[in-house]
Amino acid sequence: MEMDILKEMESLRREIDGAFKGFGMGSFLEPSFLPGMGLKRFPQINVAQDKDNVYVEALIPGVEAKDLDLTVMRGVLTLTGERKEETGPQRTWHRRERGHGKFMRTVDLPCDVDADKIVAKFSNGVLLVTMPIQEQAKPKKISVKAH
Amino acid sequence: MGQKDISVRGGRELEGREQTHDLFIRPAVDIFETDEGLTLMADLPGVGKEDLNVDIEQGLLTVQAKAKTNLHAEPRQREFLPGHFYRQFQLAEIFDAEKISAEMKNGVLTLHVPKSEAAKPRHIEITAS
Repeated sequence: MEMDILKEMESLRREIDGAFKGFGMGSFLEPSFLPGMGLKRFPQINVAQDKDNVYVEALIPGVEAKDLDLTVMRGVLTLTGERKEETGPQRTWHRRERGHGKFMRTVDLPCDVDADKIVAKFSNGVLLVTMPIQEQAKPKKISVKAH
Repeated sequence: MGQKDISVRGGRELEGREQTHDLFIRPAVDIFETDEGLTLMADLPGVGKEDLNVDIEQGLLTVQAKAKTNLHAEPRQREFLPGHFYRQFQLAEIFDAEKISAEMKNGVLTLHVPKSEAAKPRHIEITAS
C-alpha cells in the first residue's frame, strides 16, 4: 500500500514537471494513444522499469529512424526529431489532424543507467529504448544476523 | 466538394454497437484530395502490416488495427495505453473503391483512392471556327 502512494507521488511530480515545461494541458486527462498534435505532448512516452533495465517507449509514427536523435546526460534522456510533411500538387484538405514539424521531449530517468549499453529500436513508428541499470543503483540485499 | 464528401464517425460511438469492452482509439488522420483522387494518411504506431484491416463496403471505409506493445515491465510513467484503432469514413461516389491501394510505413497507413474517370476534371479545348 505504501509503495502505491510513493508511486502516485512520483507520477504527480512528473505531471507537474511536464506542465511547467510549456506543453500546456499536462495530462490530467485520461491517457490515450496519440491524439492530434498541438494539444498534447508529442511524442507520447511510457516509462517502465524492471530489475535490470529502464525502458522508454515513444510513439513516433511517420518519422524515419535517421531523423531521430537520442541523448542521455545526467539521468535525463532527450529525444529530438522531425516529422516531415510530404508535399505535392495542389490539395484540398478534408482532415488535417496529424501535424508535422520538429519535436523534443525529455524524460527524467528513475535511476542511474549505463550510458554505453543503451539499445534503441525503432519499428512501426514505435521507439523502444532499453537502458541497463548501473550495478551500484540496484538494490542490495543485506542479511541480518541474529546474535 | 467540401467536408460533406466524407463523414466521420468516431470509435466511441461504435463501442456500444460492437458489444465489446476493448478500448477504442480514434487515429489521427490527414485526408486530402487532388485532381487524381483522395489520399488518407492515418497514424497507427505499433501496427504492423499483419495487424491491420482495411475494408470498404458500399463506400464505407473501415480502418481497424491492433496495436502491440513489447513493454511488459512495471510502468513508471504512462501517457498512452495500447489498444484497438478504429475509424470509419464515408466516401463519396465519385471515388473508385475498386482501385484503392494501401501502404504501411513507419506506423503510418497511406491509402490512395482514385477518382472514377467520369469525375476527373477535364479541360475542354475551344476551337475557333
